[in-house]
Amino acid sequence: MHFLPVVLPTDALIFLLLVTVVGFALYVRGKEHLRAPWREVKRSRMAAAALVVLLTYVLIGLLDSLHFRLPLPDNGAAKAEKEYSVEVLSLLDVIATPLRVRVEKTYSAPFAAHLYTREADERADGTEVRVFPRLKHGGRHLQDPDNERAADILAASARAVAISVLIWVGVCAALTAALAWRERISFKAMARRILRGETETPWRITLATLLVILTFAVWAALLSLKYHILGTDKVGQDVFYQALKSIRTGLVIGTLTTLVMLPFAVLLGIMAGYFRGVADDIIQYVYTTLSSIPGVLLIAAAILSLQVYITNHPEQFDTLAERADLRLLFLCIILGITGWAGLCRLLRGEALKLREMEYIQAAQAFGVGHFKIIWRHILPNVMHIVLISVVLDFSGLVLAEAVLSYVGVGVDPSTLSWGNMINGARMEMARDPMVWWSLCAAFMFMFTLVLAANLFSDVVRDAFDPRLRKQ
Amino acid sequence: MIAYITRRILYAIPILIGVNLLTFALFFVVNKPDDMARVHLGVKHVTPQAIEKWKAERGYDKPLVFNNSASGAAQFTDTIFFRKSVLLFVFDFGRSDDGRDIGLDIRERMWPSLAIALPALFIGLLANITFALLMAFFRATYIDVWGVVLCVVLMSISGLFYIIGGQYLISKLLHIVPISGYDSGVQSFKFILLPVIIGVVSGIGSGSRWYRTIFLEEIGKDYVRTARAKGLSELRVLFYHVLKNAMIPILTGVVVVLPLLFMGSLIMESFFGIPGLGSYTIDAINAQDFAIVRAMVFLGSVLYIAGLILTDISYTLVDPRVRLG
Amino acid sequence: MMMKRAVLSLMMLLCYALAGCDGRPWNNPYAAQDDRSNILYSSFDQRPKHLDPAQSYVENEFALIAQIYEPPLQYDYLKRPYTLIPLAARTVPQAVYLDKMAKPLPENAAIGDIAYSVYDITLQPGIRYQPHPAFARNADGSPRYLQLTPHELDAVTHLQDFTEHGTRELVAQDYVYQIKRLAHPKLESPIFGLMSEYIVGLKEYAETLRKAQAAEGRDAFLDLTQFPLEGATVLDRYTYRIKVRGKYPQLVYWLAMPFFAPVAQEVDRFYAQPGMAEKNISLDWYPVGTGPYMLTLNNPNRQMVLERNPNYHGETYPAAGMPGDREAGLLDDAGRPLPFIDKAVYSLEKESIPYWNKFLQGYYDVSGISSDSFDQAVRITTQGDAGVSEAMQEKGIRLLTSVGADISYIGFNMLDPVVGGLSERARKLRQAISIAVDQEEFISIFLNGRGIPAQGPIPPGIFGYVEGEAGINPYVYEWVDGRAQRKSIETARRMLAEAGYPDGRDANTGKPLLLHFDTALSGPDDKAYLDWLRKQFQKLDLQLDVRNTDFNRFQDKMLKGNAQVWQWGWNADYPDPENFMFLLYGPNAKVGKNGENAANYDNPEFNKLFEQMKNMDAGPQRQSIINQMLAIAQRDAPWVWGRHRKKFGLFHAWYKNAKPNEMANNELKYIRIDPALRNRMRAEWNVPVLWPLFALFAVLVISAVPAVISYVRRERRVAK
Repeated sequence: MHFLPVVLPTDALIFLLLVTVVGFALYVRGKEHLRAPWREVKRSRMAAAALVVLLTYVLIGLLDSLHFRLPLPDNGAAKAEKEYSVEVLSLLDVIATPLRVRVEKTYSAPFAAHLYTREADERADGTEVRVFPRLKHGGRHLQDPDNERAADILAASARAVAISVLIWVGVCAALTAALAWRERISFKAMARRILRGETETPWRITLATLLVILTFAVWAALLSLKYHILGTDKVGQDVFYQALKSIRTGLVIGTLTTLVMLPFAVLLGIMAGYFRGVADDIIQYVYTTLSSIPGVLLIAAAILSLQVYITNHPEQFDTLAERADLRLLFLCIILGITGWAGLCRLLRGEALKLREMEYIQAAQAFGVGHFKIIWRHILPNVMHIVLISVVLDFSGLVLAEAVLSYVGVGVDPSTLSWGNMINGARMEMARDPMVWWSLCAAFMFMFTLVLAANLFSDVVRDAFDPRLRKQ
Repeated sequence: MIAYITRRILYAIPILIGVNLLTFALFFVVNKPDDMARVHLGVKHVTPQAIEKWKAERGYDKPLVFNNSASGAAQFTDTIFFRKSVLLFVFDFGRSDDGRDIGLDIRERMWPSLAIALPALFIGLLANITFALLMAFFRATYIDVWGVVLCVVLMSISGLFYIIGGQYLISKLLHIVPISGYDSGVQSFKFILLPVIIGVVSGIGSGSRWYRTIFLEEIGKDYVRTARAKGLSELRVLFYHVLKNAMIPILTGVVVVLPLLFMGSLIMESFFGIPGLGSYTIDAINAQDFAIVRAMVFLGSVLYIAGLILTDISYTLVDPRVRLG
Repeated sequence: MMMKRAVLSLMMLLCYALAGCDGRPWNNPYAAQDDRSNILYSSFDQRPKHLDPAQSYVENEFALIAQIYEPPLQYDYLKRPYTLIPLAARTVPQAVYLDKMAKPLPENAAIGDIAYSVYDITLQPGIRYQPHPAFARNADGSPRYLQLTPHELDAVTHLQDFTEHGTRELVAQDYVYQIKRLAHPKLESPIFGLMSEYIVGLKEYAETLRKAQAAEGRDAFLDLTQFPLEGATVLDRYTYRIKVRGKYPQLVYWLAMPFFAPVAQEVDRFYAQPGMAEKNISLDWYPVGTGPYMLTLNNPNRQMVLERNPNYHGETYPAAGMPGDREAGLLDDAGRPLPFIDKAVYSLEKESIPYWNKFLQGYYDVSGISSDSFDQAVRITTQGDAGVSEAMQEKGIRLLTSVGADISYIGFNMLDPVVGGLSERARKLRQAISIAVDQEEFISIFLNGRGIPAQGPIPPGIFGYVEGEAGINPYVYEWVDGRAQRKSIETARRMLAEAGYPDGRDANTGKPLLLHFDTALSGPDDKAYLDWLRKQFQKLDLQLDVRNTDFNRFQDKMLKGNAQVWQWGWNADYPDPENFMFLLYGPNAKVGKNGENAANYDNPEFNKLFEQMKNMDAGPQRQSIINQMLAIAQRDAPWVWGRHRKKFGLFHAWYKNAKPNEMANNELKYIRIDPALRNRMRAEWNVPVLWPLFALFAVLVISAVPAVISYVRRERRVAK
């Protein structure tokens, strides 16, 4: 099938980040002193479990970052050029097409077969009843939802568990075989070591987490074809789909914010610490000034100006998705500007320390250029600080997105994000009977991500913080 | 000491000038006063004359930084930059875009903000220290492990959920306190109770985890070992020696945020209908009242810097080793 | 020991502060001593920008000042269609028509002959202003507070700091003074532009004042009594005259709005004293009127309080209403003196959740319905009638509905090369879109049935609206089985093909037709709406690109004619078809003329009919012209005729005499409250539930047990 690839700015940056991380990992492999703390992270059971969860999120986020436009169906007229839909889809959208297109009229509860609101219906004899109409898609296959539904869900769940266990056993076998081959021991011996938790990398807990996630994924995939497993929103869109789509937004804010501010923070921080003197004074002045403005106000002011810019230059943005994406990127930049001071300060301190090191003093004595010293000796030795701060800031930024969107200066209202979901849900909370599922969905997805990120960052920090390492 | 404080205050001035220039650029170069006028004049019958009128009344009709038509010093003082930005340095906030005196509003609205922020801070401090001490006392047992996990779980919940959930549960279902509103005097108690509790609960995760780290660090030091070797009970060691020494980083951490308490909590206040500075700011953002936002940006920066100075001073007070550098 | 005592006293304080220990609901946000008082509790969600009657033009401001100011006329509280009756005036004034030579003309004179209309308004004597420091006098009779020294002002921070009050009788001069204020260059009244077209000499008057102001200095007080205005003159103590150009029967409607309320000259002078504005003491914040209520507390950060005006001249509850009013209990108070309520407290409530829940708990007496709280509150039948749900009925909550004198529509820019113009092609395109945008679905999803689809610009309840089959828009609806039914989407697609866009593609180039929708909407609810709108256009395979802009940019775009498709609305100023039809009148276009015709629709035939219709008196002749105009507008489809909002209000059982009124805002004086009933209900609905707190406490205690055990164990080990 033909399609027109669309690379949004954030997509490009996400893949840039991916490349950077992979490159850094390869670099670290070769350096024993940098590897040591990471090995500690690798040994931690907590980190292993959290990492599996994080990688699942990342996978979904990456799927959602491959954008393209599908061609419009041919209407027979002979033309040379193909026409493409203005709608920008991602790979995730295509995979989740059933979720995306099966739209109900309005609210329906999770696993419901009926709408959440009553509608008047006229009977044949002219009298009127208020009924909950059947959904167009959710639970359509049931004849008598009230009696059949529980059994149907149970059967589907059992099937999901069976399928996921099958897949999981396959994965386990393949992994054990691979490890056994590498360690040059028998398959059986390897399996025993994993089962007893004797491997250096905690494979047991990794595989257990994988089982949980796999089960949930298969279960959700199977059931969401039949039901709206997290209900539908006001215009009948599937909430589960919205929550999935929000993952990318959360990840983008959490990671790109640090990425876009990195060049400045790293360069300026190291320069301040390395050169000292006037450069140090100026850089310190800049970051103190920026960090002394209350973050929310700076963000609000900047977002308002961005809107002005977008309105004045509509020709630069072909599609709604591009515009929303630009705002997302801009939000990352602004968050970065409000947040880079901390990192800059840390790096400055580290550079101050490093420049007194003997080998750098020696390099200076040999007349090696300043920038070469920075590039060759200082930068590699502060990279771990950068990485830790990416990890540590991540969860805070995901939470900040929600608050900012709630205040109205966050991501574009047309971007699906947890903040926007919560913002929408505050109206729904006032309903009675309450519409709770949007809020719950946003809560669960966000909570899982942030919890995993927090646990992971805890381990990372402990590994890198020499003071606490031996506690 | 006084020389030190004076020097620190003098350092703050260039920073405030920077803040001032930045906000000026954001508010006047990017958004033209015409746009502000149109927002505020409403929907019906907006004429260009009305826009001019509106600008003139609020002094937005002047040139940005240099007034050609004036003479002498007025060339610089009779400009938007001078009137709207420079005068902030003497805390002359001017009038909001809907015509109210901002300074008056700020003075009136900071009390409700403080009424919530101060108790939340101190009760939170108490609660955090208690939990952290508990965890430190039972370190390396299941209580500590689960305590830390609980902290991380609490930290991972967005503040929005604490507010929404707390209001729903306590006010709507249990009918224990009013859903929203504010009153002055003793009457305010029932209104601030829930926001304070939510403020404490939402901060307990990160707070007690942090304090726990501080306590553990302190426990690992030699003097604690010596004290224990002398036969002091674990409780006494913890409450007397460790707590006393750990209070230095804790208190200085508190001092930093102290001045910023005036700014209030943005979301909490608007959700509970507290007429404080937080909701004032949110309203101003929503109404695009740039005069208020500008004033609050400046005020926030001043308070932030005040916090930094206070921290430095408190360091020198509690820890004589810190030089008055 | 100290600790214990402190805890104990804290508990006592808690108990005292929360409950007062007397069974009063803990969550009552109001002071205990107000429980039995005759107070109405309501809310506001935005602080009013203007309370000056010359400047205020927004509903939430009218809700306050309409209780304070008394214009000459008012709408009858019970009668429908809306009928004007005297308020401060003795009678509803009749126009006297004059020709160019100022000679009186007979009542049935041709419009062309009428050069001026003259209205003489005579006031009731004995009406007095509310107590106010501006009227206070010294023992020697000189004004107490009109010559304040800076020193005297230093001690003042609120209006309440002026301790002495006075009053004075209302005179014709005060009304004339306010009409002059409409032209005051400092005030920039929103209706000045419109009124200067009619009131003789008002435009020149503004110029005179501008010059005078320039001469006297920017902040100087202009005594308007020194500057005569031809269009508004005092005839005697109680009579004044308004002179307008041509025939303008709509003037009497304006006479029922606060723009034409009285303002006393000494009040204006009082507030104009230097130093007052700096303290936020101005007419814009502290209105002074003769009405049943006066604003005694104005803290826009928290609360606004209206209290009964002790000098009120008195009025009685109307004795006659419409059929059904007696059964509804609306005539129970007939003939009794107004007002009934002593005090009305408006609290700031920004978020909808607290607002709605407080209403349900009985702490607000009246509530509009937000769409999301709807299903619990209201049931709708297929006929569109609404009733309160069972749960609400049990609480004694009543629902009243009315159709708003408003319209919200999707406009096409008639200057746009694609959707605009009067060509058959563009017309067909617009008609096809009009069919595709399913208003019935919109109303059911987003308004929960609180609206009716519009057939043309004129809403029901306004002269010119046609009921039933004759009134439907034949380009969008068919009359099937006794009700209007939207034409099928196939019809729309066929029309689209006829317009040259089969399947949404340009027949010549094959390019998909992309339309731009401009909007300033950006709230959480709006996203759902925009998604829905995109879906509507997709039904025709049309691509809709939504361009979000902030509101002032949007206004700017409209003014320049850069928008293509957008959504807008209109709220009537007065119940006359002219107030809707002028939205489509060519010379009133937005582009170039900054009028209210946002679509820039300009059909000469329509324009001609409008000029004929606008100044006619209601009657069959006017109706037939309106019908012709509607037919033209429906054919040209410059708007997707959207919907008229249905307003739903919920009232507690203790809230009496409620009758929705789209035009009048001074309903507070008719309302009666039953505080005893309210107290009982509040106590019943708000019993505090404590067991979860005890349960939580128990869980905490239990979870601490293992810790204590392990501590004890460790201590023992150490002891060994």
